[in-house]
Amino acid sequence: MSSHDVLGRTEGGDLRLVGLTKRYGSFTAVDDLSLTIPQGSFFALLGASGCGKTTTLRMISGLEDPTVGQIFLGEQEVTDLKPYRRPVNTVFQNYALFPHLDIFENVAFGLRRRGVKDVKKSVTDMLDLVELGHLAKRKPTQLSGGQQQRIALARALINQPQVLLLDEPLGALDLKLRRQMQIELKRIQTEVGLTFVHVTHDQEEAMTMADTIAVMNHGRIEQLGSPADLYENPATTFVANFLGQSNLIPASVEGEKDGVVSVSAHGQQLKVDTKRCRSTSGKIILGVRPEKVQIATDRGEVPDGHNALVGGKVVDTSFIGVSTQYLVQMPSGEELSVFEQNTGRAIQRPGAEVVVYWDPSQGFGLEGSQDIEAGAEADEEAAA
Amino acid sequence: MTTLTEAPAPVEERAPDRKPRRNWTPWALLLPGLLWLTVFFLVPILSSVSASVQTGDYDDGFKLTWHWANYHDAIADFGPQYYHSLVYSLLTTIVCLALAYPVAYFIAFKGGRWKTLLMALVIVPSFTSFLIRTIAWKTILADNGTVVHTLASMHLLKITTALGWTVGNHVLASPAAVVCGMVYNFLPFTILPLYTSLEKIDPRLHEAGADLYCSAFTTWRRITLPLSMPGVIGGTLLTFIPAVGDYINAQLLGNPNTTVVGQRIEDLFLRQTNGYPVGSAMSVVMMVGTLVIVMTYIWRAGTEDLL
Repeated sequence: MSSHDVLGRTEGGDLRLVGLTKRYGSFTAVDDLSLTIPQGSFFALLGASGCGKTTTLRMISGLEDPTVGQIFLGEQEVTDLKPYRRPVNTVFQNYALFPHLDIFENVAFGLRRRGVKDVKKSVTDMLDLVELGHLAKRKPTQLSGGQQQRIALARALINQPQVLLLDEPLGALDLKLRRQMQIELKRIQTEVGLTFVHVTHDQEEAMTMADTIAVMNHGRIEQLGSPADLYENPATTFVANFLGQSNLIPASVEGEKDGVVSVSAHGQQLKVDTKRCRSTSGKIILGVRPEKVQIATDRGEVPDGHNALVGGKVVDTSFIGVSTQYLVQMPSGEELSVFEQNTGRAIQRPGAEVVVYWDPSQGFGLEGSQDIEAGAEADEEAAA
Repeated sequence: MTTLTEAPAPVEERAPDRKPRRNWTPWALLLPGLLWLTVFFLVPILSSVSASVQTGDYDDGFKLTWHWANYHDAIADFGPQYYHSLVYSLLTTIVCLALAYPVAYFIAFKGGRWKTLLMALVIVPSFTSFLIRTIAWKTILADNGTVVHTLASMHLLKITTALGWTVGNHVLASPAAVVCGMVYNFLPFTILPLYTSLEKIDPRLHEAGADLYCSAFTTWRRITLPLSMPGVIGGTLLTFIPAVGDYINAQLLGNPNTTVVGQRIEDLFLRQTNGYPVGSAMSVVMMVGTLVIVMTYIWRAGTEDLL
């Protein structure tokens, strides 16, 4: 069902990007991006700085024109519409609140520009939604960062856009406030039921809030999926390294039997589920998340059927309360991370000889020709 | 290891009595400026005010006789001059603002890495003497110059003459020439404050405007203009105040029918033996008049908190 409002827009519909490309001279910021964002979803574009996520967002808002490609909102093509004609609103990175207007007028701004006469009730309701009704008469500079953030959200939401774009909305807040706002944003999105497209470099932020995440790299989407899906089944080394941490071990396939692929890595036999392998022949990269790996002092402690790597030596131990993080050096020189939950087991000191092991169903196999370090640096950069 | 079983007893703590120390540095820093203003501003103003109610002449000396009639002479005899001073300076301010705003806007938002260079270009002409630049306008507006030829060939000169802006077939020695000279000379004073206040505006506010249903014009009207008001007020004041007292442009580019207050004051002071009192009274009238206009303007603009 669709109805037309004052702007002549149709309500409802998915946001579709078709072959969207943006070039600046010889630099391609966004490369042939095609994407459908279902109506009412909380969608995150995740990537390191310069991956094209913000450019994509700006093209959706109309602040940037695509070099090639189309943007659809439901049935309507909006590619050539001026930003002020699009039923889309943005929460800007540094909020961009109008300093000469008080909070009430900032929030009322969009309504007034569209000629809405009686704004008082809507603005009051919106300020209540973000729990800042008592600050209506203040100027933006008199508000804290978190409050400004919420006003920026209210200023955009009040227009009931079909799509709300959030450009690193929590980037300027401190960690504690960011956690709080993540929950708040998710609550508001559920309450208003609008499509949120959220750009961030913070994987934790994306995982906490989004229904669907698109991991972007070099202007392309590396992988698209639910947070759990991306985490458990990364498609590339970039995703495996960027989203959380991964132990990635080069290995070669020896055979496949009953849905299990046998591989050898540094002369040790390992197994991985076929359905979790992106490639089942030749060289592959075997991955496993650090928290899935366990540590033992003796080969005999390893349960039957588990993958085990012997000859490891603890080179670093950090006890952080809920868990202990080990760095284990293998005879090949490779270092593996192990996060062991604090279950009361003895902590291994650096220098201890250990065996690391994990359930083969928890590993994953990636295509072997990729850069094994891809995404690791980007992740560090994003975390900084 | 010791265990704390109870909170330690509060320590009696009282700051020792100390004389509050006065910091004299700010006052010392103010002193040179205050001295300068006293000697070269306050004293001359008081002496002007005093001279405006004196009588006498150059040979017999002037006496303070509280001769308030000087003010009657200063106002009643020079109506056209006050009118010219006011109209020319207002026109200059308006034209300057109209020319300066787009220039300042362009440099501030589109100047990119050329900003500094472009602003230097705005200021560079001021390195030449004010007088020489004004005299140069005599050449620009001369009867056989391009301006006159162009205007004449487009038959515009007849219109401007009919409007009283130009005289006969000349542009020089006319009200238009005076205003042109003033606009040229004061334009940088309008551009500078405007640029400073436009440059401070976050360009993302323009994007926020576009995002919130503003066309380019509405964005300017609702966001840029209000935020640049301090620059508009500053620029117009920095133009209007010197323009209202300027008489060089009227003297060099005008005619006997374009005389402004400054020219009469100069005449009374330098060429009349008994002109001091009335000349001083005219100065005081100008000063008070300008002050009233400026204060009303600032008050009406309602931007005390922006200034």
